[in-house]
Amino acid sequence: MTSAPPRRPKVGLFVTCLVDLMRPAVGFAAARLLSNNGCDLVVPPEQTCCGQPAFNSGDREDTRAIAEQVIATFEGFDYVVVPSGSCAAMMKVHYPELFAAGSNWRARAEAFSAKVFELVSFLTDVLKIEALDARFPASATYHDSCSGLRELGIHDQPRRLLAGIDGLSLTEMKDPDVCCGFGGTFCVKYSDISNAIVERKAANITASGADTVLAGDLGCLLNMAGKLKRDGSAIKARHVAEVLAGMADTPAIGEG
Amino acid sequence: MQITAPKFKENATKALHDASLQKALGNVERGFVAKRAKAAAALPEFDALRDAARDIKNHTLENLDLYLEAYEEKVTAAGGHVHWASTAKDARDAILDICKTANARTVTKGKSMITEEIGLNDHLEKNGIHPIETDLGEYIIQLRGETPSHIIAPAVHVNKEEIEADFRRVHTHLPKDRQITEPTALLSEARVVLRQEYFNADVGITGANFLIAETGSSIIVTNEGNGDLTQTLPRVHIVVASIEKVVPTLEDVSTILRVLARSATGQDMSVYTTLSTGPKRPEDPDGPDEYHVILLDNGRSSMLGTEFQDMLRCIRCGACMNHCPVYHAVGGHAYGSVYPGPMGAVLTPKLWGIDQSGHLPNASTFCGRCESVCPMRIPLPKMMRHWRERAFEAHQEPAAQRYGLSLWAFLAKRPKLYHLATGIAARGMAMLGGSKRRLSSLPLAGGWTKHRDLPAPEPKTFLQQWAEGKR
Repeated sequence: MTSAPPRRPKVGLFVTCLVDLMRPAVGFAAARLLSNNGCDLVVPPEQTCCGQPAFNSGDREDTRAIAEQVIATFEGFDYVVVPSGSCAAMMKVHYPELFAAGSNWRARAEAFSAKVFELVSFLTDVLKIEALDARFPASATYHDSCSGLRELGIHDQPRRLLAGIDGLSLTEMKDPDVCCGFGGTFCVKYSDISNAIVERKAANITASGADTVLAGDLGCLLNMAGKLKRDGSAIKARHVAEVLAGMADTPAIGEG
Repeated sequence: MQITAPKFKENATKALHDASLQKALGNVERGFVAKRAKAAAALPEFDALRDAARDIKNHTLENLDLYLEAYEEKVTAAGGHVHWASTAKDARDAILDICKTANARTVTKGKSMITEEIGLNDHLEKNGIHPIETDLGEYIIQLRGETPSHIIAPAVHVNKEEIEADFRRVHTHLPKDRQITEPTALLSEARVVLRQEYFNADVGITGANFLIAETGSSIIVTNEGNGDLTQTLPRVHIVVASIEKVVPTLEDVSTILRVLARSATGQDMSVYTTLSTGPKRPEDPDGPDEYHVILLDNGRSSMLGTEFQDMLRCIRCGACMNHCPVYHAVGGHAYGSVYPGPMGAVLTPKLWGIDQSGHLPNASTFCGRCESVCPMRIPLPKMMRHWRERAFEAHQEPAAQRYGLSLWAFLAKRPKLYHLATGIAARGMAMLGGSKRRLSSLPLAGGWTKHRDLPAPEPKTFLQQWAEGKR
């Protein structure tokens, strides 16, 4: 899977439902990162969502139907790239589990799964990019989103690329790998507990002294940014792709 | 115990506002997490040991009937008695029977979650037998009339000031002006009080961390030595264990022991690892005259061959709860079940039904930290998800939630309608967000906006803008 990519690989960008609706800038940043680094990029217009809300709510039948649709839409590409560790893990790790062993859909899901990559790890592990030409004058701290970290092993890749960004200094917060309390529907269903968890996260971000918090998952970012803003904090929140693509001159998440 | 799992949300909110509990919970995070990390890092083969431990337990579970039979044979050969209990009631009855036959008035107990599971203390007391917990944490919560809030640190929710007050309230025979503000002073006092109880006891009851088929031995691990005194001083020793505690050989146990304490407390080994095989033999200087083992099923065998079988690998180290952000936030009592945290979220619905405990597997962010530290590599989030599937199939979640989800799934399967809906939503939310570009309230999103602002989207979705040629 990490062998050299075909010359100008044909890449399908899955933008994720949250990026599509809540933060188009991440989609544009992802598209630019892929196009500028030698990919033949397509954004299939039929895409919706990876099915995670149904999956984690125990609704296997709808999850399967959505997975079939995603697979059918994207299986023709050399790679499927997703600017979210959580959605990428859904497609890469969990899609095959949805179908009976030995079935035709299982085989298609497995072949599809092998092509799915989270954006930053695709840049480093597949395209073998060591450094990107971008400038971002800020002091930032990086939050490890849980699925990307534990299901896909994304830890060093974003830090490595961020270290090469002109003007950026990276400071680690305490417990960067502890959940921010988002958890999909968890944050709404168990709102008070989610709040207690994001309060700690916000405190750790603040204590790091950084002026910006970066992460690879929009869910976590909306949660952290929403909390920081509610508390009146000036700390900005951005998706790591915006910084890596040199597109971080737009308003941060939740700012006018 | 009384199961309050259906009131998990209320319990949790109460816990979040309990300042003294919140202070105490800091100890779980600060203490256990760093210690486990250090112990794991110091042992290069730690992960290989986890794999080996998992494999041993998987093999045992595949052949559980054979190993249990072999175990029973060895216990009997050593002069002990095995009592099979299908249900909690069967176990309670068997234990009471043994205690009555022994004319027991006082029973000392080593720490045992399984006796919490079967509600043993209440049952003994109702029948005129006085049980005394000898694990310091268990002793403290017994004085307080509480249940454990953690499976290896039962009183982790209690502060030392509260313990001092409890000791002063109960140990009225001791001088009023004694100094017991320091943990060591509290420990010494408990030690003196408990020492007498060991001598008074007619029966000693312990749990078992492992049962060994090869030798018919039971093993307990403790840091206090209270288990040893509990099981060697009284005339009768009763071991209460669930059926999945069996492992084939001493060699196997030594492998699993190497991951147990490291995962639990960051120790290489517990201070005491005690093996018991049958009653006192003629040449033994001490030990009980009778040795009984209660083998409890209580739903375990019905997990075999199902999507929940992996849970039976659990060795009760508590690492999952030590690393769980939800446990850190609300503590163990909020779960309203004997077993809290991620392992409890999987086991409890099996013991008390998913209709009673539906909140527990739902109250997880699926962050996966529990699975990443589990010494037995139990896929805890995956199994919580299986419980959510069972609950979904049984139509257990609130109607609004269910309709919301099915509407969303309906749209997600129909891209054209979906994009129409997201287009409208983007425009609407952008308008509501105004120039500040964020929402502090939003219809149907109260769970979110109660504590957080919602960053407002742009008036057009990414896919709309992309279709219009924006790059």
